[in-house]
Amino acid sequence: MATPYIQPHSADVPNERGYYGEFGGRFVPETIVPALDELTAEYEKALADPAFQAELAHLQKTYVGRPTPISYAKRLSEMLGGAKIYLKREDLAHTGAHKINNALGQALLAKRMGKQRVIAETGAGQHGVASATAAALLGLDCHVYMGSVDIARQQPNVFRMKLMGAEVIPVESGSKTLKDAINEAMRDWVTNVRNTFYLLGSALGPHPYPMMVRDFQSVIGTEAKEQILEIAGQLPDVCIACVGGGSNSIGIFHAFRDDENVELIGVEAGGHGTATDKHAARFANPDISRPGILHGTRSFVMQNEDGQIRETHSISAGLDYPSVGPEHAYLRSMERAFYTAATDEEALAAFRTLSETEGIIPALESSHAVAEALKRAPKMSKDSVILINLSGRGDKDLDTVIKILGDKLG
Amino acid sequence: MVEIRPSYGLATLHHLFETTAAQNRAAFMPYWAIGYPDYDTSLEIITALSAIGADGFEIGIPFSDPIADGMMVQTATQIALENGITVKKCLEAVQTLRSRGLTQPMMVMGYLNPLLAYGAEKLVMDAKAAGADGFIVPDLPPEEAHYFAQYCQRENMALVFFLAPTSSEKRMQLVSENATGFIYTVAQVGVTGARDTLSEELPEFIANVRQQTSTPLVLGFGISKPEHARTVNPMVNGFIVASALLREHHHNGKEAAIALAKAIRAAIE
Repeated sequence: MATPYIQPHSADVPNERGYYGEFGGRFVPETIVPALDELTAEYEKALADPAFQAELAHLQKTYVGRPTPISYAKRLSEMLGGAKIYLKREDLAHTGAHKINNALGQALLAKRMGKQRVIAETGAGQHGVASATAAALLGLDCHVYMGSVDIARQQPNVFRMKLMGAEVIPVESGSKTLKDAINEAMRDWVTNVRNTFYLLGSALGPHPYPMMVRDFQSVIGTEAKEQILEIAGQLPDVCIACVGGGSNSIGIFHAFRDDENVELIGVEAGGHGTATDKHAARFANPDISRPGILHGTRSFVMQNEDGQIRETHSISAGLDYPSVGPEHAYLRSMERAFYTAATDEEALAAFRTLSETEGIIPALESSHAVAEALKRAPKMSKDSVILINLSGRGDKDLDTVIKILGDKLG
Repeated sequence: MVEIRPSYGLATLHHLFETTAAQNRAAFMPYWAIGYPDYDTSLEIITALSAIGADGFEIGIPFSDPIADGMMVQTATQIALENGITVKKCLEAVQTLRSRGLTQPMMVMGYLNPLLAYGAEKLVMDAKAAGADGFIVPDLPPEEAHYFAQYCQRENMALVFFLAPTSSEKRMQLVSENATGFIYTVAQVGVTGARDTLSEELPEFIANVRQQTSTPLVLGFGISKPEHARTVNPMVNGFIVASALLREHHHNGKEAAIALAKAIRAAIE
């Protein structure tokens, strides 16, 4: 029998209550606890159902275009003069980012559960676009909550969502960004829980979301492991991914978690620098970020001394979130993964470098991972291997970058 | 602190529901956010509500991301945050209200993260010393509550859990086994907010919960006018009015909010 596309319980975490060590759990209003119980049960059933697995595998192949390739970044590697750098090309997945892996999995689950109405939150708009795409494909009604600040700076994605028939609902509360979009999506779910599926976009939120999103994204690492062995003839010495909520990173880390010689590096948004208060590096500074509860899960949360959630900053909207998926907090506590940060400036430099040397314009999110590789590769030997998860393409960021670099090019 | 009340915590709540049951009515327990519209006025409003016959209070602690709350509570607590209200300041408010002679039960209501940031054990001790009787934490279901509950239990302070119309029979039993003081029954599937009508499924929901537990039930979410109070009065041991009072204040000012509370209180006499 063929291996299931998504392998259930392929890790020792979470436990049955959704805990990854001391992180995770389910801190939500009572009204939606029964819905989370139902979702957990239906998800388990779906995984055990070969027809569900086959449908997801089929769509991933014929619609998303999986497997996405691994590219050897030859000119970049030679320029840096150290480790060989390989890129897992999630930017080549349909809709231009890894988000579709999860959106499609959850949309299939919504359909299976008979929930015609799906809601989603989005920051940069990538998860919103992926959700609108999956909903259009499967004939579901899609409503996307998006902060009005993000709507203003991500117009092309707003148009994409509308074009595919989704309703984009502006969120005017709080900082009017991703955090507030999640708040509003949760309020919608609390209100319409009986007929609505909440299609959450990252490996965060209450159990089972961090587990389910990880599982749907683990296809990245499963493919990458096989491909790097074939192309490079070895496992990577270092695997690097950017970490906002943490879905692309947990998706690629997952396959390597038992390969102790593979160093796993998560890169957070360093914004103006982790010594300032304008960043989204949850693991960087214990004065402003420590374990707490946000959006139903216990993890590292950027907060003030009174437990109020801090506003964050990043050049990339997709990393601009004050908490981080609980499994990352766990991997860090176990010292299985390590976390560092790249500043806006470093990410922007990496954005340019990869464009110039490889003809690949990375998303600003993914540029943070590239920035870390630029720092490490020169210090590593020529026979060592770095694998970067290039989680998305940069076309969506051109407006942002034109404003900064416009007159400096050419 | 001068002990001005004969009891506190669980005993006080027990006494409250015995008293209202003897009077053949439910307890009227309004919510007010400390710091809305400003600190001093919020205390004046709570004092005025006490004078018109409120039986108990929910003392609202603000949080930046209140996912169980509708627009009115969001607005009020956001203003409270802008006014610099902290957990510490809310406990000071409780203490000040006690020193002004307020004797009704006071439940501290807030989301978990600010409470944990303050420190669970310290919070329970300080709230008790200030004169509060227990805690209502909307994002803390019983499965996750052990850490907080151990201190409440040790100090005889109430820790209230919720039941909603979506709750299964199994969850009704779980909440019944764990809730102390009372169970907060959610009148509407949704977030807090004033509403024109009560849910049609309310009588059946309350009847189902009653079958599973003998713990007092306090109803909240959407109870907005005197006729709602009249309807729920025979069904539950108490009820909470929050958004409707805040909304009345928002549109028509302090006296109007107190007048609405007075009319609601009169409806259950």
